[in-house]
This record gives sequence, C-alpha cells and structure tokens, in this order.
Amino acid sequence: MFKTYFPIALLLILVLGMAFVIVLLSRFLGRRIPSKDKLSTYECGIEPTGDARGRFPVKFFLIAILFIIFDIEIVFLYPWAVVFKKLKVFGLIEMGIFLFILLIGYFYIVKKGALRWE
Amino acid sequence: MIDYCWLVPFLPLLGFLLNGLLGKKIGKKLAGWVGCGSVFFSFLVALKIFSELLSYPASERFFQKTLFTWVVSGNFNINIGFQIDPLSTVMMLVVSGVGFVIHLYSVGYMGKDPGYFRYFSFLNLFVFSMLTLVMADNFLLLYLGWEGVGLCSYLLIGFWYEKRSAADAGKKAFITTRIGDLGFALGIILLFWTFGNLNYTQVFSQAPSVLSHGGALITAITLLLFLGAVGKSAQIPLYVWLPDAMEGPSPVSALIHAATMVTAGVYVVARCHVLYELAPLSMGIVAVIGAATAIYAASIALVQNDIKRILAYSTISQLGYMFLACGVGAFACGIFHLFTHAFFKALLFLGAGAVMHALSGELDLRKMGDLKKYLPVTFWCFLAGVLAISGIPFFSGFFSKDEILWKAFSSPHGGFLLWLIGFITAGMTAFYMFRLFCSIFLGKSRVEEEVKPHIHEAPKSMTIPMIVLAILSVIGGWIGIPHVLGGKEHFGKFLSVVFEKGPETHGIIHSAKAESLLMILSVLVVLIGIAVAYLFYISRPQLPKNLAEKYKGPYKVLLNKYYVDEFYNKAIVGPFINLALWFWKFIDVAIIDGFANGSAYILGWISGVARKVQTGYVRNYALSLLLGAVVILAYFVLR
Amino acid sequence: MSWLTPDINFKIISPELIILIVALLVLILEPLLKGRSKNILPHISWIGVALALVSVITLWNREELGFNQMFILDNFSCFFKIIFLSGTLLVILSSISYLKEEKIFHGEYFSLILFATFGMMLMASSLNLIVIFLGLEIMSLCLYILAGFRRYDLKSNESSMKYFLIGAFASGFLLYGIAMLYGATNSTNLKEILIFTQGFENPLFLFIGLGLILVGLGFKIASFPFHMWVPDVYEGAPTPITAFISSGPKAAGFSALLRILLFAFGSLHIDWSFVLWILAVLTMSFGNVIALSQTNIKRLLAYSSIAHAGYVLVALVAGGDSGISSAMFYLLAYTFMNIGAFIIIIFLGEKKVNLDDYSGLVTKYPILGITLALFMFSLAGFPPTSGFMAKFYVFSSAIKSGYTGLAIIGVLNSFVSVYYYLRVVVIMFMRAPVDEVQKVPIPFFLGLALLFSVWGTLHLGILPQSFLTLAQNSIFSPF
Repeated sequence: MFKTYFPIALLLILVLGMAFVIVLLSRFLGRRIPSKDKLSTYECGIEPTGDARGRFPVKFFLIAILFIIFDIEIVFLYPWAVVFKKLKVFGLIEMGIFLFILLIGYFYIVKKGALRWE
Repeated sequence: MIDYCWLVPFLPLLGFLLNGLLGKKIGKKLAGWVGCGSVFFSFLVALKIFSELLSYPASERFFQKTLFTWVVSGNFNINIGFQIDPLSTVMMLVVSGVGFVIHLYSVGYMGKDPGYFRYFSFLNLFVFSMLTLVMADNFLLLYLGWEGVGLCSYLLIGFWYEKRSAADAGKKAFITTRIGDLGFALGIILLFWTFGNLNYTQVFSQAPSVLSHGGALITAITLLLFLGAVGKSAQIPLYVWLPDAMEGPSPVSALIHAATMVTAGVYVVARCHVLYELAPLSMGIVAVIGAATAIYAASIALVQNDIKRILAYSTISQLGYMFLACGVGAFACGIFHLFTHAFFKALLFLGAGAVMHALSGELDLRKMGDLKKYLPVTFWCFLAGVLAISGIPFFSGFFSKDEILWKAFSSPHGGFLLWLIGFITAGMTAFYMFRLFCSIFLGKSRVEEEVKPHIHEAPKSMTIPMIVLAILSVIGGWIGIPHVLGGKEHFGKFLSVVFEKGPETHGIIHSAKAESLLMILSVLVVLIGIAVAYLFYISRPQLPKNLAEKYKGPYKVLLNKYYVDEFYNKAIVGPFINLALWFWKFIDVAIIDGFANGSAYILGWISGVARKVQTGYVRNYALSLLLGAVVILAYFVLR
Repeated sequence: MSWLTPDINFKIISPELIILIVALLVLILEPLLKGRSKNILPHISWIGVALALVSVITLWNREELGFNQMFILDNFSCFFKIIFLSGTLLVILSSISYLKEEKIFHGEYFSLILFATFGMMLMASSLNLIVIFLGLEIMSLCLYILAGFRRYDLKSNESSMKYFLIGAFASGFLLYGIAMLYGATNSTNLKEILIFTQGFENPLFLFIGLGLILVGLGFKIASFPFHMWVPDVYEGAPTPITAFISSGPKAAGFSALLRILLFAFGSLHIDWSFVLWILAVLTMSFGNVIALSQTNIKRLLAYSSIAHAGYVLVALVAGGDSGISSAMFYLLAYTFMNIGAFIIIIFLGEKKVNLDDYSGLVTKYPILGITLALFMFSLAGFPPTSGFMAKFYVFSSAIKSGYTGLAIIGVLNSFVSVYYYLRVVVIMFMRAPVDEVQKVPIPFFLGLALLFSVWGTLHLGILPQSFLTLAQNSIFSPF
C-alpha cells in the first residue's frame, strides 16, 4: 500500500514545496513599487467586481463550445498516431469512420449557419 | 375443416364487433348483411364439420382442438379449446342454423327500429356465446359461454329499455338465473376441487374411479350443476323469469327463450351424463322436476290470454319433457326433443311475431280471430308448428315426444307415474295449442275496428324463415323414426357414441307391442285435446266462459299462475330488500364507507402535506439526492 | 502491457448501427431539406426504428460476446431493445402532428430521439460498467435537449435545466461508484466483478461503489429519494418527450440495474436486498400518495411513473428467475399503457393539461375517452388489462421469494392508486364538457400509435402467456 502510493506522496510534497519556495523567493528577491493598478486582484486592468450575470453575445459561447468539441476530438488522434503502425490498415479505416462521423457534425454546423458571425 | 372449428364461434364474434363498433357507419343494409352473413357462414362451417364427422367411423368421432392456453397458474391449466363430437355438432347446427333463420327474420321484423345495430350486435354476441357454450371442451369455457348467453338474454329482454316492464323483465331474468348460476359455479368449483382439472375428457374419464357411485360428493356436484340448469332452462322453482322475458322482441324470444339458450341446461345435463349416471338420486330429482314442470306449466298455459305467454309456458313445459328424458337416462331422447323443439317452437314464436306485426302489436288472443284470410302464409306455417308440438303422427314433435314417453315408461329409472304425467301433459299441450291456434286464425273476428284496415301479411324476409322452419318442423323428426314404426333411429345412433354407457341400452321392458300401444294411447289423448279445443273455441264459444264461471276458484288460480310471483315477492324479494336496505344503511354507509372515507381522508391529508416537499428549487432536489446517497452509504458502512 | 486485438463484430450490433445511421441521415437531411419536404424526416425515422426492430427479432436466441467482452448480445438485451424500440416507435408516430401544432417541427427532434434510443440499447447490451455509463450519457444528453425543445416556453426551459443539473449530479455519483468498484475488483467488466463477488472477501469499497451506482441509476428510474426532478421535468417537457422519458430511459435504467444487481452482485443478494426493499416501499408509497393531490395530468402521471418504478423494484428485491422475468414483463406492459395514456394528452395539446380540461371528454371524443379509460384501468391494475397481469406476476414473484410483506404493501399501494386513476375516468365520463371548441379529427399516425398501444395493453392483459414466455426465455443466466 505504502509502496504504491509513495511516488504520489513524493510528488505532492515536491509540488507544495516548490510553490511555497517560489512565492517566498519572489517576496525576497523582487523589487516592489506598489501602485493602485498593481495592487488590484488581477494586476491587469480588468474590473475585479461587477455583475456576476454579465451578458455577452451568445456567438462567443457557440464558437467556444464548438471549438472545445473539435479540439477534444483532435486529442484522440494522438494515441492513435502512437500505435498507428501496429494497427495497420484497420486503424486507418477506424479513424476514417471516426473522422467521417465528425465531419457529419461539421457539415451540420456549417449548413445550419452556426459559424456565420453576422 | 375440423381444424378450423374455431371459425364457428369466431364469425358471429366478428359480426358483433363490426356491428357494435361500426354499425352506424356502415348503414342498415350492410349491418343486416353482416349480422346474417356471419351466422350463415358459421352454419356452413358447422355443416362441413358435420359432414366430415360422418366420414369417420362412429367410434372415432371425437376431437379436441386447443386454440391456445388461456390461464396457467400452478397446476391450474385452462385452454381455450373446442370439442367436436356428435353432441356438440348437433348443438352447433341447431344454434347456427336456427340462429341464421331468425337473424333473417329479424331483418324484416326490426327493420324500422332505431336500435337496429344494437340489436344485431347483441344477437351476434348471443350466437357467439351460445356456440362457445356448446363447443367448449372444459367447464370454465362452458361457464364463460353460460354467463355470456345470460348477459345477452338480459340485454335483449330489456332491448326496449325505455319501457319500464321490459327493463324490469330483463332484471328479473338476470337475477333469477343468477341464483342458478351460483349453484353452477359452485358445482364447477367442486369439480375442480375433486379432479384438479376442468377438461371434460379428464373429468369424465376419472369420475368413475375417483367418485363412489351414489356418494354424497357426486350427488352434490350433479345437483349444483342441475341448479344452474334449472335457472337457465326455467324449471320449477326458477321458471318465473321466462314468461316475463316475452317483453323482448319476438325473434329474441324465438332464438333465446325457445330454441337455444333455455335448452343449455338440457345440454349440460346431457354433456355430464357420466356424472349423473353415478348419482341415481340426482337423476331421480331431474326426472321429477322435469315431469312436474311439464304438467305445471301446461296447466297454466290452458287459460292464459297473452299469445306469447302461452308459448312461454309451453316452452317451460317442453323443457320439462327434456329433463324428464334426461332424468330417466334417455339423454339422446332429450337432445332429440331439444332438436325438434328448436324448429317448431322458434316457428311458433316467429308466427306470433308475424301476428303481432299484422295487428300493430296486439298480444291478447281475445282480440283476434279469423285471421286466416289476411295472413295465409302465417296461417299454414303456424298450423305446421301446432301440429308438430301437439304430437300429431309424422310431424317432428310426435317422434321425439313419444320416445320420451316410452322411455319414461320403460327405463329402469322411469315408472308408470312419470309416464302418466307426461301423457296427461301431452293432452293438455294439444288443447292449449289448438285453443291458441283457433282463437287467432279461426272463428269470428274479434279484432278491434281501428286495427282492421291495417292487417297485412308479413314481408318476404319474415315469411321465408317461417316457411323454412315450417318445413323443418314437419320433416325434422324423420331422422329419428323409432324401430317400431320401421325407422332406423339415425339420430339416436349418431349420438350413441357420446352416450354409449347410457342405461337406455338395457331397458327392462323391451316390447314392441307395449311401445305401439302407448303410442296409440298418446295419439288418442292428443286427438281428444284437439277435439275439446275445437268444441270450446269454434263450435260453442260460450262454453269456456260458462266453465270458468262454474269453477271460478281453480280458474282464477290458473289465470294468476298459482300466485307464485306474488308468493316470491312476499316471501323472498321483500325480506331480501329489507336485508339489503339494512346492509346499505348500516354496514355499508356507516361502517365500510366510514372506514374507507376515513382512510381516504387521512391519505389525502398526508398527500397535501407531503407535496410541499416538492419546492421547485434545484438545490433542494440535489439535497434530497445527496441525503439519499448518504443514508444508503451509511447503511453499507455501518452494517 | 498486452495488446488486445480489436474484436469487432458488426452483426451483433446491427440494430444499433441501423438506429445510428438513420439518426445521422436525419441529421444530414435536416439542413438540406427545405419547407414541406422535411415532412419525410419522421417517416424515415420510424421506418428506421421498425427496421431495427426486425433486426432485433432476427438476432433472437443467439448469445454472442463482442468488442472485447464489452458488448453482449443475448435475449435479455433483445427483450429490452424491443421495449425501447416499441416505445420510440410510438413516440415518433404520435409526435408528428404535435410538433406541427406546436410549431417546433425540426429534424433534430427525431435525430435526438434516435440517438437517445441508441444510448439505451447500448446500456441494455453492455457487459461493462464503462459502456453502461457511455450509453447512459448518450441517452441523457439527448434527453436534456429534448426536454427543452419548446424553446419559447419557460416551463420547457426550466424542465431542461433542472433535468440537466440534477442529471449531471447523479451521473457523478454513478461514475464515482464505477471507480470504487474498479478500485475494489480491479475490473469494470461485470463478469469479472461477478467472479470477484463470488469470492470470500468483499471489501467495503465494493459496497460503497454499489451504493453510489444505486444512487446514479436510482435517478434514472426515478426511485425515491432521487425522484424529485420527475414532476417538474415531466410537466415542462413536450408531452411526447415526457412519454419518452417515462418509458424508455426508465426501462434502460432498470436493464442496467438488473444486470448489475442480479448478475454481477447476484451472490450478494442478502447484502443489498434490504436497501432495495426500503427503496421499493418508499418509492411506491411516495408516488401514489402525492399523486392523490395532483390536478395537472402530466404531473399526475409523473407521480404515477414514480410509483410504477416502485413496483418494478419489488420484482428486483424478489430476484431469481421469476423476479427478472416479471420485471421485464412489467416494463413492457408499462411502456404500452403509459405511452398510450400520453398519446391522448399529446393529442389534446399543451394547453389542456389540467384535470378539469378533461371534463366530459368522452362525449366529445368517445374513442379517446374510452381508450384513456382503458389505459387508466390498466395503470391502476384492473383485469383484463396488461397492468393487472404485470402487477400479478411481480407480486407473485415477491411472494414466491418470501417477501409477502412487500407484496402486501404493493397491493395496498395499488388500492391507493385506483383513486387517482379513476378520478380521471370519472371526470371524463361524468362531468359535463367545459367548452365547445371545434372538434379536431384524430391524425392518422397518432391514431396508429394509439391503436398499437391499445393492442399491447389488451394483448398482454388477455393473453399474457406468449410474452411472459418470451420474458422467461430472456433471463440472463443468473451467475
């Protein structure tokens, strides 16, 4: 039990230690010239407070979701590429079917006009 | 075709569904075709089955066709299955054949009735139920048909339900037969309890070994079954519903209350002859009740004035003959009389219907007379029916009735007294039938003046069925001419496979001389009856009145049907209603309703409170889900 | 790590393939077709479902494994696929006129229904917890969208949102349970879990995993206390979708539950039966009692569907051959009578969902009134309808396994249910009609669906033997 989880525990300690050390180091080594903007939460000019239910055009949302879907599908190509040689022709056909189904989705999106900005 | 025997009941069922569901859409003409056609085709199938049955040797004329398994529960296994043997084939032919003729008659008779579609769908449903009853291969399916015909009888007696008397008559018929049905159901339950099975073959083959001859159990079973038969076939003491049932349309009286349904009781006794032969006491009771009913009903019929009621009492009396035959062990004779009776009694009812039709609904024979010239076809047909039922030689009723009388005399179960009762009844029958006949068609016209100009012969669709039945009433008996008259008794032989163990084969007195003598005697008594009727109602019409004046007491008793209805009302119906009122007011309203309403009120209150849990907030729903998860996990962890 | 050769067997997934292809076809055609030509989409869909049904029937009586023991073809899965596909068929047929009436006739509707059906079929056929989860999610995601298909209607939006939130929550439990089981048994394959549970050592993890799976699937079958979403979702969703949710996915949840509890955990029956006993009693009682005070017919049927889940749980508690077959028979019967009842509500439209709107229905639409009465009698469990036979088999299986008390509680519960079912009948038959709105003819396909469900309800009630034998032949070999 201990043996199996030991590396994980080690990693946990390392990560925590590293984070702690870096924060500490920057505290000691960095030069500090505080200003109003730099003391704000994000240090980059974005308003930290406001309406949590702020509205933005749904077009962004749609694009983002579609991006995520296709992006995740791309991720599947990586493990496939790794074992591609072992899978031989079979792998090619399988991935063809997979991409074909994806393309149907893409076709549907385009035809429905989900990617048209205006 | 035997494999397709399910078609026989199925076709009328189809007709019932078509007319019942689509009647108004398809129109009167087509509905009539559907109603008649379905029964006609089922008659054709029955005929084919009959001819195929004849092609087998006599001992192999037995088939059981299982359609599918109906109920399986443990060792309780009931099939929807039909039994084809000579007995069920005869019944099938009678039911579908006479049924078809009467359907045809109804097309004309009911033509102008607004309930035309309802009428035909009920009539088809009846034929379906009756065929199921006679074709079933087990007691449960028999019971289904038995209740089905009871329901149809109720529906059709009360067909003109706007009429108070018709609705009441329907109720009376239903409730009275219900008493018998209770016995019938108990009998079937006892059978199942004894044999663990309800299939005919199994019950009948095991009966002799399982039950002791004359034992209490078999006597109880047979008497309970007979109680059902008494109710359905209108025997003493449950006959009171049948005269009232005449409130229904005439073809219904002809089909249900003369030719088929009321004979179901006879069929059941004949079907269970194996059981009855094991219970001599029950046989005796069947014979005595049959004989008593025969003479009792005939005596009432002597003085009634309503033509349909006279026919109804006559039916009760004839059914008594059939039970008498069964009771003395002559089951085939009982079925033979059932067969011929179906023709001539249906004919007489149809004739009565035609007379009513001609006289705008008049039923009182004191307001008829001399209709011969107006209704020639009806006259001749009616005459054939009257001659047949009276037992004039070579008409169908003669053979069947005489055989019963002979068997009542000669069978080991019979005796002189039973014969004598049957003999006297035969004379009475001839008298009242000719009284009816003479009063309607002969003598002086007593028809009311405003009705007279409208008198007309019935349309073809009504007369043709009557002619067909008239021919059958004349020749129908020829298939069972006894040996004494040089006949071959085809009918008895055909049925002998079913009744082969019957005691009729070893009667004590087997003398052709005695048989001929009795036959001559009975013909004589019939002729005397006719002569008296002629004397009373044609040559000296004032005679009956004088007689009635002279014997006022007995006449009144007979006219009021021995006051049995009044007695039943006082002794049974009244107290029963009081008891029911008490149950209603006290047991039902106070105790049961109180309990039910109380628990309903409490549940309603809980429901009202508990529904508040449903807040509509997702967070609460998630919480309930989480709580559920916690409780389940806690159970597994803390177990 | 050993290399597994892909074990692909297209034959055993042919019904699923048909559904998938038809769903994709409808999805492609939807943007291509314009105007009236879209009318063929529902017909393509139901023909596809019918084809899949035929293909399921041709696969009857074969037992094959495929896809590295992830997918199993047996009579059990085929029986359930028959349930799903008949339900889908009825829903598609009865939707056509409804969608036009509501002005939401889009091809996606049919596509999503088909995808959901595909998910259910996957659930019934899988021998692996991961695939069960996969099927469940495919099904659920489609249902979330379908519940909100009346986009302009706030109630429909609310229904979709609630369903999604609680559903996602429940899926989390299920996945967590699967992870626990994997941790305990080192496999997600039900056969291997079965081998493990037959051993001597059963760690606590195993039961925690089982408990979490019960929560996740309990949500799908709408068992107490995971049922809270049911009334709100049923009320807001388009009525055909309500009918769909209450039949197919419930049956799919039960198919997974049956395989997990009675197959993989069959030998630990003593350990989990008490939990299910309690769940069954609470589910039945809660559903029936709250249904008493409902005035909206969709909510009424929602609570009734909770109660019916309770009855099926009784069969699960009973276990054994008779328990499994009676549960399957019950679900089949329930599909017909429940969708049948909904078809009439579909026909009357979204504006007539209060019980008062049903006053005197029978005088206006005699056929609909009588059939709705038939379904109500069936749901209440009167002979000679399928509801009676289904309850009869479930309760008798409970008695056979020695749970007489549970059977008695079930019977008492169905007494209670008679009240609210018959109330609908009373309102339809004995009250005067409220309004004199124009009578609309019954659309052909909706009528067809109605006829089919009437047939199912009566056939299973009068001649139950044939389908009961079918169910009895479909039991997976219990461990």
